[in-house]
Amino acid sequence: MSITRPSLSALAALAVALAAASVLMIFFIAPEDADQGLSQKIFYVHVPIALTAYACFGLGAWKALRLLLTRGERYDLESYTGIHQGTIFGALTLVTGSIWAKASWGVWWTWSSNQLVLFLVLFLFYCAYFMLRFSIEPGPQRERISAVYALFGVALIPVSFFAIRLASDFIHPTVFTRAGPQMTGSMFAAFCTSWAAITLLAYVMYRTELAGKRTDVNLRELREALAR
Amino acid sequence: MTAYLGDVAALARKDLRLELRARDTLPAMALFVVATLVVFHFALPAGASEDAAYGLLWVALVFTALLGLGRAWTPESEAGALDGLVLATSDRSAIWLGKALATLAFLLAAEVVALPAFALFFAPLDGPALLGVLLASVGICAVGSLVSAMAAAARGREVLLPLLFLPLAIPLVVGGVGSSISPEPGAYLAFLGLYDAVFAILSWAAFEYVVTE
Amino acid sequence: MAEPIVRAAGLEKRYGLRPVLRDVSFELEPGGALVVTGPNGAGKSTLLRLIGGLAAPSRGSLEIRTERRKVGFLGHEPLVYRELTALENLDLYGRLYRVPERRERIGMLLERFGLWEARHQRISSYSRGMTQRLALCRALLHEPDLVVLDEPHSSLDDEGLTLLDAELGTLAAAGKTLVVATHDPGRVASLATAHIDLERA
Repeated sequence: MSITRPSLSALAALAVALAAASVLMIFFIAPEDADQGLSQKIFYVHVPIALTAYACFGLGAWKALRLLLTRGERYDLESYTGIHQGTIFGALTLVTGSIWAKASWGVWWTWSSNQLVLFLVLFLFYCAYFMLRFSIEPGPQRERISAVYALFGVALIPVSFFAIRLASDFIHPTVFTRAGPQMTGSMFAAFCTSWAAITLLAYVMYRTELAGKRTDVNLRELREALAR
Repeated sequence: MTAYLGDVAALARKDLRLELRARDTLPAMALFVVATLVVFHFALPAGASEDAAYGLLWVALVFTALLGLGRAWTPESEAGALDGLVLATSDRSAIWLGKALATLAFLLAAEVVALPAFALFFAPLDGPALLGVLLASVGICAVGSLVSAMAAAARGREVLLPLLFLPLAIPLVVGGVGSSISPEPGAYLAFLGLYDAVFAILSWAAFEYVVTE
Repeated sequence: MAEPIVRAAGLEKRYGLRPVLRDVSFELEPGGALVVTGPNGAGKSTLLRLIGGLAAPSRGSLEIRTERRKVGFLGHEPLVYRELTALENLDLYGRLYRVPERRERIGMLLERFGLWEARHQRISSYSRGMTQRLALCRALLHEPDLVVLDEPHSSLDDEGLTLLDAELGTLAAAGKTLVVATHDPGRVASLATAHIDLERA
């Protein structure tokens, strides 16, 4: 490990520390919401998870673009891992969103949360990414097709967002109105700490998974070489 | 530029000629969409609103398009012709554009059957609704042709294509239904135009990478 | 020796982790003929696809000093549309390749390979030998400088074989560069200027 680049274990320790700090801040420093009470606290986890999912999909798409433009060998695994992490955090977004909906409105699902519906569409899209990827023989074609699909994903994010906005405008008029939380100072601090913790956690998970996959590949290559 | 368009025209003509000879895809699509509409009549409860019927029109259109898209690249995979086209074309995106245009022709032909049937069975279709169908059809064929080529490279392509296509088709359904039932269809039609522009350009640029190594 | 038209150095091709070609190196001068032999599964077809431009090497370098569309390729599949006629297939390729005086060239090739009478029949009605001949027409349609042929003699009857051998001789005499994969190197021995024998990777 170089001196300038923090080691993965150091980052992991930092993530745990931040997570602990954010839990403390969420429960003891940030004020309780007047309307929703304790259940509103899940917002501090749900929104950063959603933002992290977007970031992971963005990372996956960026690596995909690099792959197509430079044919670099490393980008395929990096893009795949980014998409994989994004899908995990996307699933968590749906779960935390569902919990929040249950706590706030008594229903496990609502179509009136544009964010939640968007994640449902994206979740479907990215699940299909894995189906696509694992239906193609390993090789350059699989890498390129996966990369193109990853790029389509980030194009779909804003387009779907608009579509869902339009849909809720007319086709499904909003039954529940939910103003975005106006954050006071301490709420904002708790939010940022939580966001930092989750982002760092995602980064650590990304690096860990990538290292694991690379080791896998190296191991198999060695086995192949020895078998000959 | 004219040479490029000439390539596109030659490729689209080839697909039209093939369909005229085989005559299997287009009749299947037309029959499928009418049968689906009949199923929907039985699926809709008695007090269902007219708006619900418009929603089902779009479901029918999307699945009819899937039927056509599933077979779009079959002639190219039979005797390896796709490799031949990849070798021969100066710009591979012409392959995608030719295929998308031909698929659009088939989809529009199926809609010539579907839309009057819908108006007969369920509810009338006004100008904005028809424009919405046209715009959405462009988007379906643009994205669908690319995604179908991806599926063609994979195992289990018949199952894979709907999984790849449906999430991408959701915005089109929103735009289409909105243009049919909203008293202000302008926003929905504009949105469909935006979708078409974004995904047509993306598909046009990305196709090369899907069919080459 | 003039600048080689094809130069391969340390060529490697793998699909995922499965190696198909390992450490292939050769140089082919313009007007030369490279014969590629080896058992089934040794990677002959893969090597030819690399030279033809249908695949990219995983490692190593492959330089081809001619335009992509000046390469003619005959693979295991004929690369045609079964439900179009011979004429329609060649006309499409002729347009895409921008072949000058397309009709004349197509007519000439069809006659040379004995397919003129069958030009209006769909390929689905062709025998395997006729299909192979049509594939040859398609590969040569645009007067390529580099002709890559993967087992061109397969499926041909005696007449087809004679036509093919004559064509290969004509191409070589005209200074075209050839790459031929074959199970029967003796057939092309007189033309060969270089030989690669591939082993299973």
